[in-house]
Amino acid sequence: MINLFNYIDRPSPIHKLTGATKLICTVLWTFAAMVTYDTRLLILMPVISLLLFRVSKIRFRDVKVMLIATFAFMVLNNLTVFLFSPQHGCTIYGTKHVIIGGNARYALTEEQLFYHFNLILKYLSQIPMILLFITTTDPSEFAASLNKVGVSYKISYAVALTLRYIPDIQREYVDISQAQQARGIEMSKKESLINRLRSASTILIPLIMSSMDRIEVISNAMELRGFGKNKKRTWYVARRFVKWDYIAMAGCALLFLVSIAGIFISGSRFYNPFV
Amino acid sequence: MSETLIQFRNFSWKYQSQAEPTLRGLSFDVKKGEKVLICGPSGCGKSTIAHCINGLIPFSYRGDISGSLTVCGKETKDLSIFEMSKMVGTVLQDSDGQFVGLTVAEDIAFALENDCVPQSDLIRTVKETASIVSVSDHLRHAPNELSGGQKQRVSLAGVMVDNVPILLFDEPLANLDPATGKRSIALIDEIQKKTGATVIIIEHRLEDVLCRPVDRVILMSEGTIAANMTPDELLSTDLLPKYGIREPLYLTALKYAGIKITPEMHPDSLEHMVLSDEDIKRVKDWYGAGREEELPAEGEPLLSVKNVSFTYDNGFQALKDVSFEVKKGEMISVVGTNGAGKSTLAKVICGFLRQQQGTIFTHENDGVREECDLSGLSIKEIADHIGYVMQNPNQMISKVMIAEEVALGLTTRKKPEDEITKSVEDTLRICGLYPFRKWPISALSFGQKKRVTIASILSLDPEVIILDEPTAGQDYRHYTEIMEFLRELNDQGVTVLMITHDMHLMLEYCRRAIVVTGGRICADTTPAAVLTDPELVEKASLKETSLYTLALLCGIDDGRAFTEHFISCERQRRGK
Repeated sequence: MINLFNYIDRPSPIHKLTGATKLICTVLWTFAAMVTYDTRLLILMPVISLLLFRVSKIRFRDVKVMLIATFAFMVLNNLTVFLFSPQHGCTIYGTKHVIIGGNARYALTEEQLFYHFNLILKYLSQIPMILLFITTTDPSEFAASLNKVGVSYKISYAVALTLRYIPDIQREYVDISQAQQARGIEMSKKESLINRLRSASTILIPLIMSSMDRIEVISNAMELRGFGKNKKRTWYVARRFVKWDYIAMAGCALLFLVSIAGIFISGSRFYNPFV
Repeated sequence: MSETLIQFRNFSWKYQSQAEPTLRGLSFDVKKGEKVLICGPSGCGKSTIAHCINGLIPFSYRGDISGSLTVCGKETKDLSIFEMSKMVGTVLQDSDGQFVGLTVAEDIAFALENDCVPQSDLIRTVKETASIVSVSDHLRHAPNELSGGQKQRVSLAGVMVDNVPILLFDEPLANLDPATGKRSIALIDEIQKKTGATVIIIEHRLEDVLCRPVDRVILMSEGTIAANMTPDELLSTDLLPKYGIREPLYLTALKYAGIKITPEMHPDSLEHMVLSDEDIKRVKDWYGAGREEELPAEGEPLLSVKNVSFTYDNGFQALKDVSFEVKKGEMISVVGTNGAGKSTLAKVICGFLRQQQGTIFTHENDGVREECDLSGLSIKEIADHIGYVMQNPNQMISKVMIAEEVALGLTTRKKPEDEITKSVEDTLRICGLYPFRKWPISALSFGQKKRVTIASILSLDPEVIILDEPTAGQDYRHYTEIMEFLRELNDQGVTVLMITHDMHLMLEYCRRAIVVTGGRICADTTPAAVLTDPELVEKASLKETSLYTLALLCGIDDGRAFTEHFISCERQRRGK
């Protein structure tokens, strides 16, 4: 069964950081990677994140499925960029060095290749960090962390509850779909897509009905135990910031600042090797 | 005179969505330290009383109140649900739903977290409370790693952390196997002794609750109180059967023997019940008067399960070399604890899961006697032979109209229109749903919905139908309704296999019981033989029938024959 929050419990310095630290770091890091097209920074970031992966003791095969999915998405993204805007690089970098194809629309240029190189680096900068966050953050602690960084505790707890009930609902989905398949609802590839979508309703309706029942029970149970009484609440799993948390956050904040500063200093988001 | 904690005075309640009040002019008191059982048939208002006591009424449900209800001396309308939650701790029927934390420790801490208790105190209190209900070893476990009984213990711990003076249990036995249910009742009793809390239990399974002493029973009927007396007094009246609550089996047996029950006999528990020599002689006479040997059904084999083993992806071996044969026209119970492999067995037979070893085959194929191996068939094809009815009808119903729902399986099999119409009508007639055929399903009661789901499976004309907990959560009246319906189907030749926790069901309606423990079949015999074998009962987490205890008490050695005699008496009476 696919687990959405694939927490992998292994002793490592990354695991020891609080969820809030990891959340803040991941956000800062991804913003930094999103903002900049500075190739030097974009080469540095994947290198650091690979090192962090080593430190975290998370192995690549643990996150294989997610890696393949994001890799596929990256390829697709690059292909569509080339398809719709084959000379995008030239517009950005202001020069045109044709490698092959002369004046054709889809002529291959150095600028375009360099642009794609940067695009791939951006993926490589962000994906490992996000995977690292997902695999090293204890879902129990996640809600407490959200609350700590200022998200209202009701919303934070809603996130925790979602995590809590996903396995239950997945199990129920499997049960219902098996029983409906037995009645002849075909969900396999033998059926056309339209028929499969139509069949899906025979599984979703019962699932929604029973989830509604469940929601009533849960909200009653929570109210009966005083949820929502005070403006604040404490968390059993909350953890205090220690030295390393501050160091990690400071490091990521620095990176973010460097990324922003680079843009202001050079006056452009792009590092241009062509002029 | 000790202080009154809960006081209902001429209290009425009407849900906004309903025309009639659910509770009408209730007046009763619960005193400090008392243990009160509130029972009554479905729809009598007992759950509504629970909602009033814990504050969900009027704070979460809308409606009209008249009269007064005070808890700990305060009028509840003037409080908030949070103030109420400091006085009344509720353990809900659905321990899965009540489990809101991601782990055991977080769930126990939940109420304290909401009270902003500092973390160091949280950790200490959780540790202490967990040890009281013995879940200390599971603090870091997620709810799906726990058994039903453990989840309930966690729920209990979760309300105990608040040191509430009143503990309210809403149908604590509903989702538990018999042995776990018995332990739960014992735990409630111990907690009460330890903490001196006032305990209110809402439950319709009277005999199971009475295995530990209760001070008072309040019997509800249609929103009013039908009786409010000690168990001894109540059991000496004939109010229970009158209001659709099943009385303890040993009392029914004593009544069959012609013995008049009086409060002085202390009928609330067999342990200290006083039976005179005269009474014992009567029981013996009744038992001696007729003795019918319970014979296993004779018939042609219909379904064979041979040496089936199944292991889940995570390496858990749920079935180990399971073999049995189902004969045509049988009605069989499959019993055992949660996690023993009962559900896995049903899923493997239906093809939802595929066994790694062994074979499953039917001896009939399209009305012709020939062996038909199920392993080569798809789920849909297996469904033509084996029908599967889920526990909760809401998990199956996906159409608006009854006839549509019953026709679903046939429509997807692309049968001709006229054939569908005919077989839907036939099935609806068999299931007693024909008058309702043009009704929307939403207008039906739970029991009727269950019928619709059974009908929707029967319309495919399977050789065997498998039902998962056909009567879970049903009171005696609905239980009887569903079971009598299944018996009629069985009389018409439908072969029925039921997965159940209900010992009464197994005793009353089945001639054969398959007991599963740890993925193996450890007994395959008559229900009476199972329930009178203390070793087997212990092993499979079942509960001995009180008939067996009664037999021993009266000096009858053959408890099994005694039980069988009782059942045949019951069947005869019902037949009349």
